[in-house]
Amino acid sequence: MIHVLAAQNPGELSAGLKTVGAGIVYGGAAIGPGIGIGIVVGNAISAMSRQPETAGMVRTTMFLGIALTEALALFGFVLSFLLKG
Amino acid sequence: MTLLALEFPPVSRLIEWKPILLRGTPFAVNKVVLLMWAAMIIVLGLFFVVGRSAKLVPTGAQNLVESIVDFVTDQVILQTMGPEGLFWTPFLVAMFTFVFICNIFEVIPLIQMPVNARMALPAFMALIVWIIYNSIGLREQGFVGYMRSTLGLDLGVPLGILVILLPIEFVSNILIRPFSLAVRLFANMLAGHLILATFAVLTAALFSATYIGAVLPGSLLAILFGFEVFVSALQAYIFTILTAVYIGLAMHPEH
Repeated sequence: MIHVLAAQNPGELSAGLKTVGAGIVYGGAAIGPGIGIGIVVGNAISAMSRQPETAGMVRTTMFLGIALTEALALFGFVLSFLLKG
Repeated sequence: MTLLALEFPPVSRLIEWKPILLRGTPFAVNKVVLLMWAAMIIVLGLFFVVGRSAKLVPTGAQNLVESIVDFVTDQVILQTMGPEGLFWTPFLVAMFTFVFICNIFEVIPLIQMPVNARMALPAFMALIVWIIYNSIGLREQGFVGYMRSTLGLDLGVPLGILVILLPIEFVSNILIRPFSLAVRLFANMLAGHLILATFAVLTAALFSATYIGAVLPGSLLAILFGFEVFVSALQAYIFTILTAVYIGLAMHPEH
């Protein structure tokens, strides 16, 4: 494996490693927000089913929570493009 | 970039457009700028025309405009800022409509370029929001009061924790807020644009190779178009509601 890698063009190897790094960055950045959005939406659903009359307010707050949580995943998404380019 | 034996265009080819007017000057105009102007003209024209000929019983376009204003008033302002926030209705309605029209260009055939998939417009709008909420906070609470409420000095935390809390609150409230506001809109639109382009390339390649193979990605592409309409509206709503929340926090600090 090492010999195969060493025989390759070093620029190609570095471009490949950049792509792998971008993939790892996005994959890692998506874990936490995925769990977080799950918690936010799950709790919003249980709040809505307990008190359906407050569903409007809960929905507004839920979208806010999703937006704030999702930002971290999107930072990773943008960073992966910055790493590749 | 070749992936799964398909030729995917690089990202730069999907979002960078050649200048059309004023080539070679710093003020070169390309498709994105033209779309931004078009969105501005649509928003101004819609509200101006309807506002000039407003009738007691709304018809046609006036129905649409009134429902937009009602939506922003009921769902955004009254939920986050209370009745005092109604002063900001024109600003937030204009911002919601402008962001939505800029986003919806993503799914309109033959245009298919969300203006917000370039960082310039979201960054500029976030800068405007940053200036507005900071100046409101400074005006309503004074410099000391605004810094106290923004940096969490009024929460009554012990001194040892305050040393950690102060830099975190400063960075998150003053520096990260406008950045995340801009990046959220930009990255959502860019991701949607890339997904649509990916599935369009896949559908076209499978259609030219095996006609029947294009059914699955093609139908998924149609579903994704509908999803992107939803995302466009949702991101416009989130951009507006976060603006309202930031202005509301600057007017009335949390206790």
